Amino acid sequence: MSKKKTYEAEDFSHHVTSMGTYFAIFAALMVLTALTVWVAFQDFGSLNVPIAFAIATVKATVVVLFFMHVIHSPKMTAAILVGSIVFLGILFLLTFSDYLSRFWPMA
Amino acid sequence: MTTDAIDSAQTPRHEEGTNYINAEYGLLSWLFTIDHKRIAILYMISVTALFFVGGIFALLLRLELMTPQGDLFTSDTYNKLFTLHGVVMIFFFLIPAVPSVLGNFILPLQLGARDLAFPKINLLSWYLYVIGALMGVVVMLLGGVDTGWTFYTPFSTTYSNTWVVPTVLAGFIAGFSSILTGLNFIVTIHKMRAPGLTWFRLPLMVWALYGTSLIQLLATPVLGIALLLIAVERLWQVGIFNPALGGDPILFQHLFWFYSHPAVYIMILPAMGVISEVIACFSRRKIFGYKFVAFSSLAIAFLGFLIWAHHLFVAGISVYSAMIFSFLTMFVAVPSAIKTFNWTSTLYKGSVSYEAPMLYALGFIGMFLIGGLTGLFLATLGIDIHVHDTYFVVAHFHYVMVGSVIMAYFAGIHYWWPKMTGRMYPEWWARLAALLVFVGFNLTFFPQFLLGYLGMPRRYHAYVPEFQVLNVMSTAGATILGAGYLLPLIYFVWALKYAPRASANPWGASGLEWHTPSPPTTHNFEDTPTVTWEAYDEKAWLKEAEKNV
Repeated sequence: MSKKKTYEAEDFSHHVTSMGTYFAIFAALMVLTALTVWVAFQDFGSLNVPIAFAIATVKATVVVLFFMHVIHSPKMTAAILVGSIVFLGILFLLTFSDYLSRFWPMA
Repeated sequence: MTTDAIDSAQTPRHEEGTNYINAEYGLLSWLFTIDHKRIAILYMISVTALFFVGGIFALLLRLELMTPQGDLFTSDTYNKLFTLHGVVMIFFFLIPAVPSVLGNFILPLQLGARDLAFPKINLLSWYLYVIGALMGVVVMLLGGVDTGWTFYTPFSTTYSNTWVVPTVLAGFIAGFSSILTGLNFIVTIHKMRAPGLTWFRLPLMVWALYGTSLIQLLATPVLGIALLLIAVERLWQVGIFNPALGGDPILFQHLFWFYSHPAVYIMILPAMGVISEVIACFSRRKIFGYKFVAFSSLAIAFLGFLIWAHHLFVAGISVYSAMIFSFLTMFVAVPSAIKTFNWTSTLYKGSVSYEAPMLYALGFIGMFLIGGLTGLFLATLGIDIHVHDTYFVVAHFHYVMVGSVIMAYFAGIHYWWPKMTGRMYPEWWARLAALLVFVGFNLTFFPQFLLGYLGMPRRYHAYVPEFQVLNVMSTAGATILGAGYLLPLIYFVWALKYAPRASANPWGASGLEWHTPSPPTTHNFEDTPTVTWEAYDEKAWLKEAEKNV
């Protein structure tokens, strides 16, 4: 196969995800949603927010990877995804450089 | 070799006289066009209208400030005037001006492409912009808004009794226009470059637009969220920013400036791209240190995201955080200085000519130097505490956003006007206008550095009498500046009908946009061009043109 044909094949073919995978992801999301609701009624003290964030992150990750097909997309798509997360990280990191080092007289 | 040879080399095979302007007729053909060049013209008309609206607010502000006492407007009206001036000029003129007008028109031409990657999304961008702008106009007619263009909380969410929610929604909608433009440009640059047009053969305008688009795509959503949260807190009293409801007002400032500082680079980066094109053309030289200038655009785009809290030094952020942001802010001066040094080095031993675009470009370098260096003053914690919220800050950001960006916008409009309209413009009048803008601008804003250093606070309609002389100078400058901005409007309209017709390459410039007739056909190029020369390599370009004669 020539180089050009390989390129075209990569460019225009789509990975077809099986129905089984979609249902499995859907089931996982439902379980995680139930877990979110259950967690909301428990008191884990200072871990309340981190636990809620962790579950939400897992849910978002499977949606992005499977429902949005990023797992089967070209590397460029992954690079854009990672780049966006890096910039979100900058927003959080530098904002917290203020919040975590601020003088809180009430505390 | 003359530009005639280039013209004949590039003589197209399309039907004589047919171009993107006369390909179709009627208002609807413009309102439903998906041609990037026509959409650029739509943007040009819209942003020009909004520019003069914002300009009228500016002149009213300067008129009030001629005398120490508030005699024309009440303090409330004055608050609304400077808010509307800022909102209109930033969201509806400066942000879209260079990318959406010049970028839209030039980018596909410089890439040798027929259009942007998503032409219909391009039209959607314009409609979103217009909807946002019309909402802004409705707000003005209803009585305005008085929060300042920064919408600081909790004033905007709790205490202001003006039209805050419609204004933030207008900004939110216009933001989506900006996001879609950025997305369109990035995909176009990645996917639609002509054969042979490698990354390092791209004109520097393209690199600049790429950096701009990254910022538009990554930062604008954060502004959108911050603006929506204002509406949420204001309408439903959800405690996000108001301390009385359990919120934190500085959180808003973090979110707002995470966008609004990089937004300065949405304005200045494409402006720098224009300057690179103009300097190369009118110096008859390749840009000195091409790769440094190209990568400095990306460096500015990245570093622009790390420095937002220098706007918050006296707002109550921690000392530790202030030190970090002060330190990081210094870094952005490096790529900016690289560009400035390289433009200057390009001029050295160049065959420099002083057509109007070049006058604006030279003006840009001077203005940007002053604007940029005073930015370093403000990034220094100790000085910032002294001059914070004074006219020093007003002068600084006007040197960057008006003295630099609008100078570059005018440089670009004059430079590409022959390509856009197929007509030249009256050179003598254009040079006069450039001179008026330069003199008027400096007379308006240089005294404001002194006023700020002496302690005159911004955003007040009255001041102590000893500041009057400098304020009168500033208002006199604003009048000259207004004339300088009005003059091009008059001669450009005149030029559309009466100016001499432009050849395909009236400046003898390199770049693919000059490989097609003026004005171009709807599809830009008869055949997709193949690029075999390096960027700004005029000799190779001319050789190629001669070969085709």
